[in-house]
Amino acid sequence: MARSQDRRPGYSRRAQYGIFTGYVVAILGVVAGVAVLITSLVNPDAFSFARSAAAEVARPVGRAGATGRTTGQGVFAAIGAYFNAGRQNAELRREVEEARANAVSMQSLQNENRRLKALLGIVDPQRKPIATVRLIGSTAASTRRYAIIDAGTSSGVRPGLPVRAASGLIGRVVEAGPGTARVLLVTDPENVVPVKRARDGLTAFVQGASNGRIDIRLINQGINPVKAGDIFVTSGSGGLYPPGIPVAVATEPHRDGAIGHLAADPADNEFVIVEPAYSAAARAEMEAIEERGAKSAAGEP
Amino acid sequence: MLGPLRGTPEEIARKRINREPWPVLAIGLPWATIMLASMASFSPVIASAPVMPPFAYMMLLAWRMMRPGMLPLWAGLPLGLFDDLYSGMPFGSGIVLWSATMLVMELIDEKFLWRGFVQDWLAASTLIAAYLVLTSTLAGLAVAYPLPTVIVPQLLISVVLYPVITRLVALLDRIRLLPLKRI
Repeated sequence: MARSQDRRPGYSRRAQYGIFTGYVVAILGVVAGVAVLITSLVNPDAFSFARSAAAEVARPVGRAGATGRTTGQGVFAAIGAYFNAGRQNAELRREVEEARANAVSMQSLQNENRRLKALLGIVDPQRKPIATVRLIGSTAASTRRYAIIDAGTSSGVRPGLPVRAASGLIGRVVEAGPGTARVLLVTDPENVVPVKRARDGLTAFVQGASNGRIDIRLINQGINPVKAGDIFVTSGSGGLYPPGIPVAVATEPHRDGAIGHLAADPADNEFVIVEPAYSAAARAEMEAIEERGAKSAAGEP
Repeated sequence: MLGPLRGTPEEIARKRINREPWPVLAIGLPWATIMLASMASFSPVIASAPVMPPFAYMMLLAWRMMRPGMLPLWAGLPLGLFDDLYSGMPFGSGIVLWSATMLVMELIDEKFLWRGFVQDWLAASTLIAAYLVLTSTLAGLAVAYPLPTVIVPQLLISVVLYPVITRLVALLDRIRLLPLKRI
């Protein structure tokens, strides 16, 4: 196509200056952007106020989207259920029978547990969830993995708190605005979670690989005892995550550990729970960090 | 007007005469659509991997290629800033890369003035690839963990979807120029 009219200013001084100013501003934009970028690489929280303000603006959109997501999944699930209703019915009947039997034995185990604990004088720490929230957005186009939840400092959500779904760990809060907060998902490479194998307590840590999988690495190197299908749960060391939350299922063992799948895919969970930090020491440290006001608990495991 | 025009020629002429595009729509629609595309992260999709193409950036390229000179040269600065608020990348990467894109597009216009759709697609694919590689490098710098291959699926989807985005932008351009204002 031909060169557009406003790129050929002719003898008009005004048009010439206009084009020149455009170039100057664009180049200044690059320079200013580099400065901002370096600032945010050195101090990742430098612009969190702007991000949380922007998230507040988009909150209604995200909430509407979250409702749409559940409805959409419900519709597909309902259609899919028709196709194998008969087989599923028989399977479910059998499973219910088994579950009933299990529930009875579980009940007796719980009773025994309570009795033994009373005998030993152990008091279970009461941990009430801070908030039950919706996932209203995620950075789907970016290599960093963040999600946004629709509760913030006004509901007691603070940076550093663990976030979980019913079926497993989702991540931890990194920035909190008044009505929204940003969650660093387990699949982000910055998020390192101390875990242990559910079966025997083999210690390891989990780091996100940013592609939806996670990397399980053993702490004690040697012969790799991890097999496909092993379930890893939070170990509770570090004091931030409560112990026993499922994090990952190992799928491909390799020399130093395994590649794993998430126990709780954020896409399948409409509601997630923000929990308090597990140990009192971690809570106290988070409060101290907040008082200093410098940085969020980004570096904390 | 959208779709085939209906009615007798006299009626159509009567509707079109004395009318011009509504300035708010004519100037504001590209900005608004690019900013809306930036907010696509608030869509119902909660992704645990980077799968969504960078719609806002593709929208910028499509508008820039369709109507060169309509978005000012400095448009990368405010639009990139807005994208940074929602993209989850280190703050400032949008400002740098979007401003640089506007400058590079100026250079492409200078060097290859007569382009067809295929050349546009090629230029856009190169720019999108460079954008994705650079953003993932910057994100890798921020976490000190290399993120080499995660962008490949995203890149392929983006290149394939670019013509769709250009069709969408062409449709939006017709809406932009609807003769709504009476002179």
